[in-house]
Amino acid sequence: MEAIIGVDSSDPRHELDRTEFVRVDSQHGLIRRIVNAAAIDTVVDTRLVVDPMAAPLGEAHQSNAIGTANILAACAGGGSPVRKFVFKSSADFYGCEPGDPAFFTEDMARPHPPRTAMERDIVNAEGLVADFAARNRGTSVTVLRVASGIAVEERASHLALLALPIVPTILGFDPRCQFIHEDDIVGVLEHTVRYDLPGVFNAAADGVLALSEVISLLGKPMLPILPPWGTSFAAAQLRRAGLRVPVEMLRQLRFGRGLDNRRLKASGYSYRYTTREAVVRLRAQQRLRPLLRSGTQPYQYDREVEDFLRWSPSVQALQADPPPSQTFGDASRAAPPLASYDDLGGEEVIEIVASLEADALEALAHYEATHLARRTVLAAIERSLSRKRPSGAAS
Amino acid sequence: MPDTPTAPDSDASGASPAGNADPAPDAPTRELAVSDLTGERRLPVASSDLREFLPGLEPERHVTDWGRSELVEGLVDRTIYDFLYHYWFRVEVEGIENVPAQGGALLVSNHAGALPPDGMMIAKAIREEHQRPRPLHIIVGSGLKGLPGLSMLITKVGGVPAHPANVHRLLFDEHQLVLVFPEGRNGTEKPLKDRYRLRRFDQWNFVEAAMRARVPIVPLAVLGTEEAQPIFAHVSLLRRLTGLPRLPITPAFYLPAKLRVRFLDPVSTEDFGEEPWNDPALMQTLTADIRALVQENLLEMVAERGSVWLG
Repeated sequence: MEAIIGVDSSDPRHELDRTEFVRVDSQHGLIRRIVNAAAIDTVVDTRLVVDPMAAPLGEAHQSNAIGTANILAACAGGGSPVRKFVFKSSADFYGCEPGDPAFFTEDMARPHPPRTAMERDIVNAEGLVADFAARNRGTSVTVLRVASGIAVEERASHLALLALPIVPTILGFDPRCQFIHEDDIVGVLEHTVRYDLPGVFNAAADGVLALSEVISLLGKPMLPILPPWGTSFAAAQLRRAGLRVPVEMLRQLRFGRGLDNRRLKASGYSYRYTTREAVVRLRAQQRLRPLLRSGTQPYQYDREVEDFLRWSPSVQALQADPPPSQTFGDASRAAPPLASYDDLGGEEVIEIVASLEADALEALAHYEATHLARRTVLAAIERSLSRKRPSGAAS
Repeated sequence: MPDTPTAPDSDASGASPAGNADPAPDAPTRELAVSDLTGERRLPVASSDLREFLPGLEPERHVTDWGRSELVEGLVDRTIYDFLYHYWFRVEVEGIENVPAQGGALLVSNHAGALPPDGMMIAKAIREEHQRPRPLHIIVGSGLKGLPGLSMLITKVGGVPAHPANVHRLLFDEHQLVLVFPEGRNGTEKPLKDRYRLRRFDQWNFVEAAMRARVPIVPLAVLGTEEAQPIFAHVSLLRRLTGLPRLPITPAFYLPAKLRVRFLDPVSTEDFGEEPWNDPALMQTLTADIRALVQENLLEMVAERGSVWLG
């Protein structure tokens, strides 16, 4: 990987490590220029708005329908350098109906026509991506149908609901719900970028929990306040009281949904958290949030500073002498080549090996040989080295 | 950083000087049968076998991924089921050894009564009498999923909404026992005068489900449910007004009829060649055969019975 270029219509909310950032709306002319100028071979599109709380309806539709078409247009065509397109869609693609299967597999078409504007957007956007895949056979297209995410800063209706001190539910229903931790969303995206996985994949953590189970894991009381009949009327009253429960969420609260995540697992990805573990982590975050909120300043992206740090010749000197935790050189000092290297298991080291430069690999091989000398690790390094330097004999 | 390999296996073949057991940097990407995005609906038996990737059990949880709750089921089992099984219906069981001790199997039963007790009594019979008690998953009409209260309770005690994918996952992937009532709603709407005459087995293509999952079919006959909750008439006006699936005139609680459950010899679904479910004639013949078998045993049991209440 030579470069990562981030494109968004608003400034990033996190510090970017090595990503170059371009602020641009999804106008296909501009994106096309960026794609061609940087000879981008992999495009990851995570822009789809799948929750009514994330953006106003009109804006969401703008982004979902027109934005998707623009980005696909920017990546299409004979001269396009794009070889891979990863599209983050949502499990809302499947909808939520009483006649649904308990576990949706990727091959199941949506059993009913979409009910809400948001669902229609998702289905249409996936249709556009499918068209793109059919027309551009040379581009490998991955579609990820991601379950509801457990993420700290995300604005989503299920997180807003679960963050309430008392969680309202529909009387007489205990739906099944499945989540995915934000680390796993990132992990899945990385996995699909790293390997060639054309097709559709469900991304959802192992385990489907009953809503009552989720709420008790969060250590909260559950209040079946919404009546089973006339639910939307009651929800309208709640909205007046300040709690917005969107239509999609009401259907989830009634019927629930489960995804079959085995196809992605069969492709080699292993989830870091189960749904239960993700909910337990959510509880920790919910309890810490009031403490953390006071005192910390939110990150502010400042273009001028970023540009200066990245491109100014006077900063180059600093970058030539990176901080010690990132050095791979000098193995004779017998310092571990990576921070906390000794804590890593053999499997984890092997995972890292593929991403290292040849010099670093040699250092690693030396360190490993003089310390733990795990046979599998040494063999993996050896193999990686010979792949990266086909001419020179390894060590 | 150098380019990361797109597929870990593709370029490793020529470069493995060590040559010993390959510790594969990452799990290999498997060849997947996903060619197009608009894949039409098909059951997963055709694609690669994903059984090894089923989620593992989490010991901290008391609810399965199907929504079945150990606690609720245990509570209901110890109280209501126990009472009904031992004292109210005084269930007698024959041929429990026909229920396989391991592997998936599809149980097929007759169905009668307004809110039929047969499903729970069959489940209780397996739990009480079988040498290796196993949970039984009862396929219930998917219309139940929309009913408040009942949908929640039925899921918690082992009901699964009727969907071919659900049945396939339970039988093929999870090797579970599944009970279906192929008469479906027709059985539960049957008035008293038609008792012990089976309706058509057309609500469920259960033979196909068993064949796709490669599991045996265990037919069984339940005697006594017709009298336990007889249906005298239907009131369609009330039904339409309330929106309930049915509203029959029937005793408010079960009458204490004697219940008998007879498990019949398993019917293998193995020896019908490749993809036999594409042959509708064969499907209909097998369905009719199994229905005839249940009907025959049911009539035999009625003939042997001395009293409806004492057995």
